Amino acid sequence: MTAQDARTRYWRANLRLVAVCLGIWFTVSFGFGILLVEPLNQIQIFGFDLGFWFAQQGSILCFVVLIFYYAWRMNRLDREHGVDED
Amino acid sequence: MELKTLTYLVVGASFLVYIGIAVWSRAATTGDFYVAGKHVHPVANGMATAADWMSAASFISMAGLIAFLGYDGSVYLMGWTGGYVLLALLIAPYLRKFGKFTVPEFIGERYESRLARIVAVICLIFISFTYVAGQMRGVGIVFSRFLEVPIGIGLVVGMGIVFIYAVLGGMKGVTYTQIAQYCVLIFAYTVPAIFIALQLTGIPIPQLAFGSIVQGESIYFLQKLNQVVTELGFPEYTSGNKSKLDVFCITAALMVGTAGLPHVIVRFFTVRKVSDARLSAGWALLFIALLYLTAPAVGSMARLNLTQTIQTGAVGEPAGNLAYAERPDWFRTWEATGLLEFDDLNGDGRIQYYNDQNAEFAQQVSSYGWSGNELNVDPDIIVLANPEIAGLPQWVIALIAAGGIAAALSTAAGLLLVISSSVSHDLLKGVFAPNISERRELLAGRVSAAIAIGIAGFLGYYPPAFVAQVVAFAFGLAAASLFPVILLGIFSSRINKQGAIAGMLTGLVFTYGYIEFFKGLFLPWAGAPWSENIAANWLFGISPEGIGAVGMCLNFVVAIVVSRMTPPPSAEVRQLVEHIRYPRDFARE
Repeated sequence: MTAQDARTRYWRANLRLVAVCLGIWFTVSFGFGILLVEPLNQIQIFGFDLGFWFAQQGSILCFVVLIFYYAWRMNRLDREHGVDED
Repeated sequence: MELKTLTYLVVGASFLVYIGIAVWSRAATTGDFYVAGKHVHPVANGMATAADWMSAASFISMAGLIAFLGYDGSVYLMGWTGGYVLLALLIAPYLRKFGKFTVPEFIGERYESRLARIVAVICLIFISFTYVAGQMRGVGIVFSRFLEVPIGIGLVVGMGIVFIYAVLGGMKGVTYTQIAQYCVLIFAYTVPAIFIALQLTGIPIPQLAFGSIVQGESIYFLQKLNQVVTELGFPEYTSGNKSKLDVFCITAALMVGTAGLPHVIVRFFTVRKVSDARLSAGWALLFIALLYLTAPAVGSMARLNLTQTIQTGAVGEPAGNLAYAERPDWFRTWEATGLLEFDDLNGDGRIQYYNDQNAEFAQQVSSYGWSGNELNVDPDIIVLANPEIAGLPQWVIALIAAGGIAAALSTAAGLLLVISSSVSHDLLKGVFAPNISERRELLAGRVSAAIAIGIAGFLGYYPPAFVAQVVAFAFGLAAASLFPVILLGIFSSRINKQGAIAGMLTGLVFTYGYIEFFKGLFLPWAGAPWSENIAANWLFGISPEGIGAVGMCLNFVVAIVVSRMTPPPSAEVRQLVEHIRYPRDFARE
């Protein structure tokens, strides 16, 4: 495998990871917080209607976790494909 | 000690810290001035980004907006945080690898076009001045409300402080003062929130408190809030009134706009390496989330407190409404500032606060002898008066003043810096005087920062109509003009300068035109606004605040179609696109 092949594979793996993360990003905010808010509000967790909770708390928590997860996975991908900085 | 003296002391102490940092972190090179020498630690940069990002509006106004909008206020919560995911995954690491100083510089090099760079500078300057004028105004307002000095004097003091650390220290000075400002503002925001949560529910964590049971009762807090507000004819707190498409578009425009705002993107140029840029976005959002997760809790709890202060008993019983003569001290304080206004319409000496726009409910209450809502509440009061409503000690109130000023100054400094670097680096060095020496460029950067501060102060004192439209303008234009060409420039090597320029101009003209059409900001002499700003007239029911999302889509489509019809970019550009994709520098191998 040439260095160029490794880089192409790195880039494809990155794009796949980005697609998965953006899928989750869209689902928790636009999906749960906006489009599906009424059906989800039928479910109560503690004192929150679930749709309302996603719109005002849950989506933000998911965003934070997503970015740290992406940063962690990318560091691993960088090393595996020999494109890391150190 | 008197409250005013205490406030002067706390605010003064915070200023001393900022000035001390400025003196310690003077900029020696253009690299220091534009990007803090590119060796800021990712956690430190995350904190600075959070302060840079959270403006006077986030600190002072957002919780109040949510308090009165309920579920519909979620657009701000999701919109102003979700953009960081886009930044971390799609933009920050690649632009950091590009490794230059400004956002227009990337656009100019990627599209091999001075024109594209100039269009980007114009968008940047317009967006940033709209934004910064609001911050300067915020500083003036905090000064006038807490220290009882005229807005103009507050503005001049704020300008002076920013002048010292932005002009002396450039990005380096701004970064380290922003870290201090973050600490001040988050402490000031969280302390009253914890106390108010404790009082209402006995739980000290606001994010959990507003999902738990009200102290001394057997009902969940949000259910109780829904009950209390609907009894007064207001819509249910936890359900929305805006159309779903509009909520969708506003959220999208705010998210994408965030990821396209130059003063946010440029913060990621200051870290040491690409992996730090990704990580730093995570820290930034974590620090931002501390405030953004607290805001909806504060908003809802303050709404209940405020409503129950006025409606002390059953709705409809004469004694159920607070007698004006018995109003609490904080009520008197904030009446004096005009944030609370009482007008005894039915002359009964009691305050009726209800939704008189609700026709059905208005009919019902006429039998109680009510003749209209008598209390006007400015949403800003939710944060500003929160410590007094909760009966907290005076030092907490003084802290709110320092926090509000910190939020406004940190954002203002970040904006002023991108304005000055786009003038000295993009226009002067990039276009008019390419051979300028580094020392003279640094001087030009300082001079343009000073001039920008002057203009920002002027706009803050005499705010033109567009300053109030930060949401529609700054975010809509960033989403519709800058974000698509940056994204396409990174992920596609086929997009060329014709496509990028056509796309930017389409997004810009469409979005600006739509906002002007309904709000009439710059062209009143030509008869604008040309249509009443109501849902029935909007395109597919999308408000001017959400139209940036449509402008963004148009920009993408035009950029892609025009690029296909014109020749592909040069081999150098394809190499550049390849170069920014990988953290390691292969050219040096």
